[in-house]
Amino acid sequence: MMNASRELKLTVSIIGGSGYGGGELLRLLLGHPNLEVKQVTSRSHLGEYVYQVHPNLRKRTQLKFSDPAVLEPVDVLFLAQPHGQAQHNIEQYVKLGTKIIDLAADFRLRDAALYEKWYGEKHSAPEWLSKFVYGLPELHRDEISKASYISGVGCNATAGNLALLPLVKADLIDLSASVIIEIKVGSSEGGAEVNSGSHHAERANVIRTFSAFGHRHTAEVIQEMGVQDVSLTMTAVDLVRGVLATAHAKVKTGVVTKDLWKAYRAVANENPFVRVVKEQRGIYRVPEPKILAGSNYADLGFDLDENNGHVVSMCAIDNLMKGAAGTALQCMNLMMGWDETLGLEFAGLHPI
Amino acid sequence: MSTITCPECEAQVGLDDGTEVGEIIICSDCGVDLEIIALEPAAVQLAPMEQEDWGE
Repeated sequence: MMNASRELKLTVSIIGGSGYGGGELLRLLLGHPNLEVKQVTSRSHLGEYVYQVHPNLRKRTQLKFSDPAVLEPVDVLFLAQPHGQAQHNIEQYVKLGTKIIDLAADFRLRDAALYEKWYGEKHSAPEWLSKFVYGLPELHRDEISKASYISGVGCNATAGNLALLPLVKADLIDLSASVIIEIKVGSSEGGAEVNSGSHHAERANVIRTFSAFGHRHTAEVIQEMGVQDVSLTMTAVDLVRGVLATAHAKVKTGVVTKDLWKAYRAVANENPFVRVVKEQRGIYRVPEPKILAGSNYADLGFDLDENNGHVVSMCAIDNLMKGAAGTALQCMNLMMGWDETLGLEFAGLHPI
Repeated sequence: MSTITCPECEAQVGLDDGTEVGEIIICSDCGVDLEIIALEPAAVQLAPMEQEDWGE
């Protein structure tokens, strides 16, 4: 009986599983009722138990990190490598995975020229860009459900895109005016590799605007929202997990707060992981990433100055979940025709 | 069960049986307090709420 149920499970593997994104993805895959995790690769941790790198997975799996050279074919292959690697090996990966979901930035942009502009180098496999679907279900649910190859999403781009989504979808903002998105980010966005800036004495208690404009994730907002004049300003704050995007824009003449309510409510009703947080009592009246740690929710909030048409739209997410691994699993559920919330039911913690 | 339209966010809010004039209900979408000012047909108005203390 056990063997029979195991045979029904889809097989999955992760290439590059020692980083924070890969570890979070592995946590989700191990808890998914329809999946069997076959292999997790890491060259730097080859032969080590995965729980020695991801300690929260102790007693959840006895998998050891494998050599990428001994990967076996699976139903779904997840790529969680640092940016820039997948595009060099994609021809090999498609032979190993019937379906592929890449968490990195290699296949997010449809336009090779846009890629070169924002990443400062030519794409190594531009012919593959059009074969991938941008993996944000809130924007491409139907395409994802029919796709074989899915790109990951940028965590900051996701917060920015979801903050703008109700406004753009309902055609409420003036796209001839600049859109500014202030983004506060936690330290796990920097990945598991250390550098001098991640040293505790330097990173702790920080509020540092490390990128005023020009962040690579801006390209994903331009591509997905169709907003040409947009700036993402990145500020590191004293969080481990979490992103808060605060977008500033101008609404079209005549737009009032009730129009915004209608637009935000519509997006929340269409998407199981989008919630509107605009409360009148209690402590959590606006979106805050703190209570989203480990969950796949994106909390949206807004306010409008009806005197001058200045709208502020907020989106809070967990960068490793809705901004990476959670959305990747949501995409896989859609590709398989399963409930897109499967394995993503965790509601987060309070207090935390 | 009758419903009212929230004057703040235009959500449709259901009224429980036995709701009385003068009762305060909460909009499930935007969280404002609404005072029932009439029944048959039901009508509401925004009720005063304590504002958050934003500090110095």
